[in-house]
Amino acid sequence: MSSHPGYEVVIGLEVHAQMRTRSKVFCGCSTTFGAEANTQICPICAAFPGVLPVLNHAAVDMAIRTGLAIGGTINQRSEFSRKNYFYPDLPAGYQITQYELPIVSRGCIHIDTPSGPKAIGVTRIHMEVDAGKNLHEGIAGASWVDLNRTGVPLMEIVSEPDLRSSAEAGEYLKKLRAIVRYLEVCDGNMEEGSFRCDANVSVRPRGQAGFGIRCELKNLNSIRNVMRAIDYEADRHIDLAAAGQPVVQETRLWDADQEITRSMRGKEDAHDYRYFPEPDLPPLVLDQARIDALAATLPELPDARRARFQEQMSLSPYDAGVLTAARELADYFEQVVAVAGNPKSAANWVTGELLGQLNKAGLEITAAPVSAAALGRLVGLIEQGAISGKIAKEVFTILWTKGGDPERIVAEKGLTQVSDSGAIEAEVNRVLAANPEEVAQYRGGKVKLLGFFVGQVMKATGGKANPGLLNKLLKEKLQG
Amino acid sequence: MPHRLTIAAAARALHSGQLSAVELTRACLERIAALNPTLNALITVTAETALAEADAADRRRRQDEVPPLTGIPLVLKDLFCTQGVRTTCGSRILRDFVPPYDATVTRRLKAAGAVLLGKANMDEFAMGSSNETSHFGPCRNPWDTERTPGGSSGGSAAAVAADLCCGALGTDTGGSIRQPAALTATTGLKPTYGRISRFGMIAFASSLDQAGSLTKDVTDAALLLQALAGHDPLDATSIDTPAPDYGPALDRGAGGLTIGLPDEYFGDGLADPVRAALTAAQQTLEREGAVFKRISLPHTGAAIPTYYIIAPAEASSNLARFDGVKFGHRCANPRDLRDLYCHSRAEGFGAEVQRRIMLGTYVLSAGYYDAYYRKAQKVRRLIADDFRAAFREVDVILTPTTPETAFRLGERTGDPVRMYLSDIFTINVNLAGLPGLSLPCGFDAGGLPIGLQLIGPTLGEEVLLQTGAAFQRATDWHARKPDLPGPAGR
Repeated sequence: MSSHPGYEVVIGLEVHAQMRTRSKVFCGCSTTFGAEANTQICPICAAFPGVLPVLNHAAVDMAIRTGLAIGGTINQRSEFSRKNYFYPDLPAGYQITQYELPIVSRGCIHIDTPSGPKAIGVTRIHMEVDAGKNLHEGIAGASWVDLNRTGVPLMEIVSEPDLRSSAEAGEYLKKLRAIVRYLEVCDGNMEEGSFRCDANVSVRPRGQAGFGIRCELKNLNSIRNVMRAIDYEADRHIDLAAAGQPVVQETRLWDADQEITRSMRGKEDAHDYRYFPEPDLPPLVLDQARIDALAATLPELPDARRARFQEQMSLSPYDAGVLTAARELADYFEQVVAVAGNPKSAANWVTGELLGQLNKAGLEITAAPVSAAALGRLVGLIEQGAISGKIAKEVFTILWTKGGDPERIVAEKGLTQVSDSGAIEAEVNRVLAANPEEVAQYRGGKVKLLGFFVGQVMKATGGKANPGLLNKLLKEKLQG
Repeated sequence: MPHRLTIAAAARALHSGQLSAVELTRACLERIAALNPTLNALITVTAETALAEADAADRRRRQDEVPPLTGIPLVLKDLFCTQGVRTTCGSRILRDFVPPYDATVTRRLKAAGAVLLGKANMDEFAMGSSNETSHFGPCRNPWDTERTPGGSSGGSAAAVAADLCCGALGTDTGGSIRQPAALTATTGLKPTYGRISRFGMIAFASSLDQAGSLTKDVTDAALLLQALAGHDPLDATSIDTPAPDYGPALDRGAGGLTIGLPDEYFGDGLADPVRAALTAAQQTLEREGAVFKRISLPHTGAAIPTYYIIAPAEASSNLARFDGVKFGHRCANPRDLRDLYCHSRAEGFGAEVQRRIMLGTYVLSAGYYDAYYRKAQKVRRLIADDFRAAFREVDVILTPTTPETAFRLGERTGDPVRMYLSDIFTINVNLAGLPGLSLPCGFDAGGLPIGLQLIGPTLGEEVLLQTGAAFQRATDWHARKPDLPGPAGR
């Protein structure tokens, strides 16, 4: 963690989000990930002579919805441009992108920081196509080109240089990823490369108005790597400044194994991309009715849902934040509440037991072995006083490993809580009689021994005694 | 002499049963065999498949109602992709390229029943005005084989002029249909930008390229346009307005038309015989009832510099895909990736193509973009505005197609700028996206053809066909034939 008090880190992020369209953006080929090389290509995405691009409007709709979700301006006239450079994975010799007139301008993403909420500006969102992949395995001295990914639609989401720490960068990425996942426009998978991030990092002496010289960091394939690379790079810039040496503007690659950044290319090697408007595509003109119709399709987004959870369910900001980080988790939680009744204890069970087990097992919420309905009924049983929390954990373990129905498990195993005060009283009397010494100590002021008596009764009842009733009875008897 | 038939006349003969498509196709193939070695109008001749297609056409015709071009032998400029038939674009880099798909134009001609005789010679990547930049050698003008047929659709024009086929398709980016039509006494129609799909047509300059026809008369131009015009979902720049029935326009006559004569097109650079032929054409149309009016298109002089910024800029990007990686020529034993690119492209592209790639790369470079490309786009709008203003006063504009008649092969190859000036009267039409039609309107003292150009407003193909048909009813320039040897020659 870079924390030199005399310097401030300035970060801007560029995120490339693969849009979840069924077909590519300028032809009809499938976008499915992981197919055999060059099986999802056609003359259009392979840029054969004479072919032309035709825009997939599903991608346009996704970009518009994303723009609306971050409060951006949807530009009713945008245009596509060509970014020209030679590379084998770029079959046309140019990438179709948006340059001077992007589809979305000026949005905003809200994040939490230790000093409170903060709004991070989004400069623009533009649409572009992904390139293919060069493969260098197999025959020595040869390279192979796989064009399956060529033409898959991307959104490039460019932030303002508003981020001031790696932690803020991490929060920004988590929030942006949550938004695109809520919208179902991108699966947000950084490892598979469908959500990629480049970071522009500079430092400046605290209080200085102008920015320092920045470096662009690439090859950041997880949020953790983004944060670590930023910290490394900020420290590098501060060390250079302390040594009186200038920072060189360049593009650097993060080496996750050695945890360092390395120079990839300097400013003088930067490409001249010779952008110009794509003559094969007319300007993209959007009427307001289309934008309004898409606005009506927006789901409740993470910030709004979190606020609702806090207000309507009296959840803590922390719990509400955890529960709304992913749409599927929030959906799961709301189903638990619908069955269980009590949002607070539902929140405790979902954030505690469920997420704990999921993390341990490395599972996503969508793969949880315990259904929301089952967990809801389990929490309901606690609420009704039918079982104790301790018993509930046992039942949860059975649900997790074997599945089944919470009520039936409780009934079959005879786990129903003993709430009959007569039965509990008899057991209390027996325990007090068997432990006269401890009773005397308690009455002499060692009230901490209450836990000892509770434990003895629970042991004797197989944990089924209603804890509230037991405490009450024990206190009465001991005082008496 | 069935090869001399126009498309319309051949269709009538086929329909009546006087002639079979096989006989017609065989006559054309014999003519090609006799004359193509001299003219070099065709790069590829598809004799076998043509005869098979003709035979199939004859059998279809016996059975049902058939589409209008059934059994009509045509030639395509060698930049329209033809599935299974090599498509070279006149370039070494695509010398062996066989497309796995048809251009929309090819598909529509096939659907209309046409027989493909072969692929026509052209300037490499359609960059040239004389057909001399072709990797396959220059095409020769049937009216004088020491001279150019014009370019870049020189092969298509020569094939029609020499009766190697009934009609041909070309493309026109700055005059590449109209200039060769003028130089070979054929009828050349460049429709409005976007009227005919560009899908599968190998791109030179995307915002200017337009497919069109080279035919023996205006009626045939209307027939081919009818088969090809219309929206194509594969081309986002194709016009979404349905194509009208072009037939009725042919019979409307020139009476009541107001024809504009732009001062800027009748200046000092015009050769005397061309000026005289234009004057005579004006008188002919006046006799047919048209009224003439002098107009001004003030930005005419900016055409060539504007074009030579925009067209090379787009070309430099369009031709980046020819990199030796996926298809086309690849150099031997490249040391590394850069070497593969440099040598494949240096070996694959000829001098004119390389010149334009460099020009285009330069004008798009950081620091030069605003001074060149952006400014050229502004001038382009001014040029289009000139025409828009003019068409508030006139129905159609009459100009010479070229300042001079056909020049000798080799005469201008060393002077690119002089070569570029061949298109001085045609380029503005592309920059404004308008339709243009070149018609034969006379011959100079040496017997070389002279052409006139009619320019219409956006989607004004009908007024061009109307005016052109009236002119051809009153004249026979389009019916004159060059003196050529060969089977069934004159």
